[in-house]
Amino acid sequence: MIEAVRLRKHYGRTKAVDDLSFTVRPGRVTGFLGPNGAGKSTTMRMILGLDTPTAGDVKIDGRHYAELKQPLRKVGALLDAKWVHPNRSARSHLKWMAVSNKIPVSRVAEVLEIVGLTEVAHKNAGGFSLGMSQRLGIAGALLGDPEVLLFDEPVNGLDPEGILWIRQFMHRLADEGRTVFVSSHLLSEMAQTAQDLIVIGKGQLISQTTTEQFIADATQDHVRVRSPHAVKLREILAADATVTEDAVDGALVVHGIPAPQIGEIAAENQIVLHELSPQRGSLEDAFMQLTKESVEYHAH
Amino acid sequence: MTLLAVERIKLFSTRSPYWCSALALILGVGLTAIIAGTTENGQMSIGLTQFGSSQLALAVVLVMSALAVTTEYRFSTIRATFLAVPNRISALVAKTVVVAFIAGVLGEIIAFGSWALAKVMSPTSDLAINTGAEWRHVAGVGLLFGIGAILAMAVGILVRQTAGAVAILLVWNMLLEGLIGIIPKVGVKIQAWLPFQNANHFLALGGADAAEQPGAGIDFKLSQWGSLAYFAGIAVALLVVALIVAKRRDA
Repeated sequence: MIEAVRLRKHYGRTKAVDDLSFTVRPGRVTGFLGPNGAGKSTTMRMILGLDTPTAGDVKIDGRHYAELKQPLRKVGALLDAKWVHPNRSARSHLKWMAVSNKIPVSRVAEVLEIVGLTEVAHKNAGGFSLGMSQRLGIAGALLGDPEVLLFDEPVNGLDPEGILWIRQFMHRLADEGRTVFVSSHLLSEMAQTAQDLIVIGKGQLISQTTTEQFIADATQDHVRVRSPHAVKLREILAADATVTEDAVDGALVVHGIPAPQIGEIAAENQIVLHELSPQRGSLEDAFMQLTKESVEYHAH
Repeated sequence: MTLLAVERIKLFSTRSPYWCSALALILGVGLTAIIAGTTENGQMSIGLTQFGSSQLALAVVLVMSALAVTTEYRFSTIRATFLAVPNRISALVAKTVVVAFIAGVLGEIIAFGSWALAKVMSPTSDLAINTGAEWRHVAGVGLLFGIGAILAMAVGILVRQTAGAVAILLVWNMLLEGLIGIIPKVGVKIQAWLPFQNANHFLALGGADAAEQPGAGIDFKLSQWGSLAYFAGIAVALLVVALIVAKRRDA
C-alpha cells in the first residue's frame, strides 16, 4: 500500500505537486492519470525518495522508502528506461542491482527470461530500442520480487504487441496480490489497464475512484432515436426524459430512458422506429472535460 | 563490503576505467622513457623518473576519478543507484573507496614501472632505491593518486557534469596553483598552502636536482608527511561537503 498525505513539491513559485493525498491499494492495478506536466513523475520520485517533498509525506506500507533495508525486495520501479549506462551490458546492469540488495545473482537470468531479453543479455544497453529498454527496466523492477511496483508511462514508445504484453503483465502482478501503480497521460490506455484511478491535474487531485465509476461519471449514456413520427414520440418521451434533437440529422437524443424501454413505449403507441441506438460519451472527451482547467500548455 | 562489490562491478563493466588506466600508464611511463632516452647514460637519477607519474599520469587519474561519478549523473544511473541504496552517503563513500584504491594501485604500477624502465634504459645510472626519501619519492606516488582520486570525486559529485569537473580539476592542478607563484612576494606564500603543491612537496627528494623538482622555491611550513596529511585533509573535507550536498539535493 502506498499512502500520500498532503504531499507538496514546489520549485520556486511553480507548484509541481500541490496538497496531494491518495492511497494505492494492493491486489489492484491503480492508474495515475493526468495530462503532461501534471506532476505524476515528480510524485513518483517523491514516493521513491529521490526528491524530497516540500511538505507532506508519502509512505510505503507505513515506511519511507529511505528506511527500507533492501528496497528492491520491497519496491520495484521503472521511472525511466534510459537510466542505464549505454556501455554496460543488460546482464551487468542487473547484476550490480542484484548484488546491492543481496538478491541471488541467479535471479538475473530469471528476470531476463521473463521479459524476453535472454538473447541480448550480453549486449550493451546503449544499443537497445526503446521497447527493449522498457523491458530491461521492467526486468530491473522485478529483480527483487517486490510487493509494490511503480511504472511511469511504461507503454510510451511501445508497439501494440508490447503494449498488450505490459497490460497483461501488470494484471498478472496485481492478481498475485501486489500493489501496482502505473502512470499515464492517456485515459483510453488506463481504461483498459487500471481498476482504480487517481486523476491529477496541475499537481492537485481531481478524483480517486474505480475506473468503472470514473467512466460512468464522466460519460453520460444517451439513446439516439429516429422515427417518421418523431414529433409524436418526442411528446410522449418528454414526460419522463430530456429529449433534444441532433443538429445534423434531426434524430432525437434521449437522456434518462434506456433503449429497450423506448422501444416498448414506441410499440405501445404504434410508432415506427428507424433507429434505436444506445450511445456512450467518449472517454477522451470526458477526460478533457475534467482536466481542461488543469492542462499546463494549451494549443490555440 | 556489499557496496564495495557493487561499485567494483559497476566500474569494471564499462570501458572507460580501462582506457584511462592504459592512457595514464602510457603517458606516465612514456614521459620517463623520453627523459631517460635523452639523458646521457649515467646521468639519470631517481628524481627524474617520476615526472611522468606524479605530473602527467596524475592528471589522467583525476579525470578518470571524476568520470566515475559524472557519468553516473550523465546517464542518470545515479538515480538507479540511489533506488538500490537509499543511503546516499554509504553508496558514494563505497564508490570513492573503490576508485581511490584502484588509483593507488595504478599509481604504484606507474611509479615502479617508470623506475624500472629508466633502470633498463640507463643501466650505468645510480637508480638504486636506498634512502627513506627515495622510497617516498617512488612509492609515495600511489598515495598521491589515491588522495587525488578522492578530491576529484568530490569535485565530480559537486559539479555533476563531466566537462565542468574535468576543466576545474585540470586547470586547478596544472595551471592555477603554478600561476599563483607569479604573484610577487605573496604568491609563494600562498603556494605553500595549496593542495597540489603540498602533494609535490611530499614527493620532493631534495639533493642535487632539488631546483628542478616541482614545488621548488616554495617555503613550505609543513614537514613532507605533514604536507601529505594536509593534501589528504583537503580532499576529505571536500568530499564531506560533496556528500552533504548530494544527500540534500534532489537526485
